[in-house]
Amino acid sequence: MALAGTTAFWTTAAFADWHRALAAEPATPAAPRYFTAEEWRFLDAACEQLFPEDETGPGARTLGIVTFIDQQMDTPYGRGGLWFMSGPFEQGPANLGYQLPYAPREIYRLGIAGADRYCRDHYGHAFADLDHASQIAVLTAFEKQPILLGGTIPSGTFFEQVRTNTMEGAFSDPIHGGNRHLGGWVMLGFPGARADFMDWVDHYGPAYPLGSVSISGETV
Amino acid sequence: MNTINADAVVVGAGWAGSILAKELTEAGLKVVMLERGPDRATAVEGAYPESIDELRGAVRHRLFQDLSRTTVTIRNKIDQTALPYRQLAAFLPGEGVGGAGLHWSGVHFRAAPDDLALRSNVIARYGSKFIPEGMNLQDYGVTYEDLEPFFDKAEKVFGTSGEAYRVNGKIVGNGNMFSPSRSDHFPLPALKDVYTASLFRKAATDAGYHPYSLPAANASRQYTNPYGAQMGPCNFCGYCSGYDCYMYSKASPNVNILPVLRKDPNFTLITRAHVMRVDLDSTKTRATGVTYFDLDSNKEVAITADLIVLGAFQFHNVHLMLLSGIGKPYDAKKNEGVVGRNFVYQTITTSRAWLPENHFTNQFIGTGGGGVAIDDFNSLNFDHGPHGFVGGSPVWVNQAGVKPIAASTIGGGKDAPRWGAGYKKALVETYRHALAIDAHGSNMAYRDVFLDLDPTWKNTYGQPLLRMTFNWHDNDIRMNRYVVSKIEPIMKELGATKYQLGMLEPGQTFDTRLYQTTHLGGGAVMGDDPNTSAINRYLQSWDVPNVFVIGSNAFPQGMGYNPTGMVAALAYWSAHHIRTTYLKAPGPLVPV
Repeated sequence: MALAGTTAFWTTAAFADWHRALAAEPATPAAPRYFTAEEWRFLDAACEQLFPEDETGPGARTLGIVTFIDQQMDTPYGRGGLWFMSGPFEQGPANLGYQLPYAPREIYRLGIAGADRYCRDHYGHAFADLDHASQIAVLTAFEKQPILLGGTIPSGTFFEQVRTNTMEGAFSDPIHGGNRHLGGWVMLGFPGARADFMDWVDHYGPAYPLGSVSISGETV
Repeated sequence: MNTINADAVVVGAGWAGSILAKELTEAGLKVVMLERGPDRATAVEGAYPESIDELRGAVRHRLFQDLSRTTVTIRNKIDQTALPYRQLAAFLPGEGVGGAGLHWSGVHFRAAPDDLALRSNVIARYGSKFIPEGMNLQDYGVTYEDLEPFFDKAEKVFGTSGEAYRVNGKIVGNGNMFSPSRSDHFPLPALKDVYTASLFRKAATDAGYHPYSLPAANASRQYTNPYGAQMGPCNFCGYCSGYDCYMYSKASPNVNILPVLRKDPNFTLITRAHVMRVDLDSTKTRATGVTYFDLDSNKEVAITADLIVLGAFQFHNVHLMLLSGIGKPYDAKKNEGVVGRNFVYQTITTSRAWLPENHFTNQFIGTGGGGVAIDDFNSLNFDHGPHGFVGGSPVWVNQAGVKPIAASTIGGGKDAPRWGAGYKKALVETYRHALAIDAHGSNMAYRDVFLDLDPTWKNTYGQPLLRMTFNWHDNDIRMNRYVVSKIEPIMKELGATKYQLGMLEPGQTFDTRLYQTTHLGGGAVMGDDPNTSAINRYLQSWDVPNVFVIGSNAFPQGMGYNPTGMVAALAYWSAHHIRTTYLKAPGPLVPV
């Protein structure tokens, strides 16, 4: 796809060709490192609603976002190693920040189980089996209403965890498993690891001409 | 327990510690510098391309404090239970060699002269009744003239780029007309304006303001500093804030001081050494050394030394003073005591303009210290009389390089969808065509904003966490709202298709979950009065005179400017007086 190298790359129908080519090539399903099949099914559906395939650009499925989140669960971050996790754990006003004893991987395990239970209780099916409108309604409720999932995780906490990691999966370097074939960066117009604009800093107005490149050297 | 002997111990390997260690080894002292984090070298973990990974860098906090070991607790009011700051968000202290000086942006200001004697100046202009009830407004006890040679020295060490306005009293260039006279030009010319900065420069001029190039410790050309350390020319890669500059263009202790210091036989750097306390003798007026926890051997190690320099991050310096019993802890109810008093922050809000679709703002291009600012509403540069608040705020375009995960948190700005198709569309439009204008303002000190030891939570070493009691106050909210209202004429000149003004809301509560700035200050402030300051004008403890405490902890108020330039100047100022006076006759440099 020799589309890079022109300002038009970021702006015209040439980008749409790239987008179609990316969507046509199915993501290779990675063997889950952490999530169960049922958890994967939930995330596959939920992330696609948060970051849908549309005319703006690729969605969560095309970008491999669940693969990204799954791999993150197997890092110090996923295990809570970047957070202060010493007790006691007391709850307080929201503006004083996260105060639960759960690492990200536990937020997902408890949150997904609680979310699917909520969907079965209110809609008769697991989240992944709901229609589009019901999935949107459920995610909106999780985001905005004080629902306690599985008696442990406030739905807002769970929603923000999934939302944050979804956007990370769309826009982090492909070496981390998401942003497959740089699809998130191309959509945004971010050239990635080029990181040298000495000769472009005072070009005022046009789009930067060169396409995205990964730390791995992968480019478009 | 192992015991090491040294002439001087320096706690922390950031700017303050590295400057003091350099100066004290030059004076012939045997110096041990202790850093609790790992060693960091630009040639290794700062190398391209691995170092420019946003997920590992700014998002998973590669260069920042390891909260799993120790953190702070935070509450808004004195009658609340403070809770642990479990996830890095509102502020991001550094860890490892270089400290916050490795991950900083590079904005490198001199202090505004009026800010150094703010209490005296406000009273002289508006009378003492102008100072709101409960505000502990204070002077620094030093003047711009005292510090000028040290601002100059720091700029030469940092390789700072900028344009002067006045040198030795004579107007020489198109720099900041509100800035004081300098003894010399900046060592390097100003960086080029990125597109958005050029638009701001023109719009601010058309609005009747006085724009200038931000002084930036990001080298506009190849540079060799007075120590012989070399910097490369900035290529606007955009990986300054949160990263370690693979181009060697952003000043850091790692690039500008330590390559020389590491070769000095009088200098020893010990990493993974968490200082537990300064050890005092039975009189509690003399320090005998420090005790640290060695993270490799899991054992405590004692170092004896005649001179102790605390050069850790602002609140870690205060924490160490409280844990060691240096100085009288602050009692908010009585407004007495000094350690923990005048804890301050800054007020920072972002406004945003969207340009027509044929204008690409290429927000990924940038440099951390670069940009264009106005000072028309900073410090005492405007009449505060009609407004009834103390403080001010520079306003600027400081496009430091917006990376995509950071962009995803901004999305389409205020009121845009947070997910779904509408989110994606607004995100892409904003990333391609918007620009950000910040009001980066002061924050005054108040009786009910302070630091002390938490009664409940402990760090991994069994010591009480530091507790922050902090909330926004009406004076600073009104200052921010006034200054942001003055951005509107710039927005109208920019040719924006739409714009949003970002400002603090009346009664707004401090939210620990949202990044604001790492520019924390105060808590062990400098001054002329031991009843209201923990350290004297030379940054020497009033109570334990062989302890010097260097950092933004010394600031009695949060200034509108970024703090690093002031920290570096205070470090050289203090070091100068240690070398020329203290070492010849160790004792208080100011009689109590």
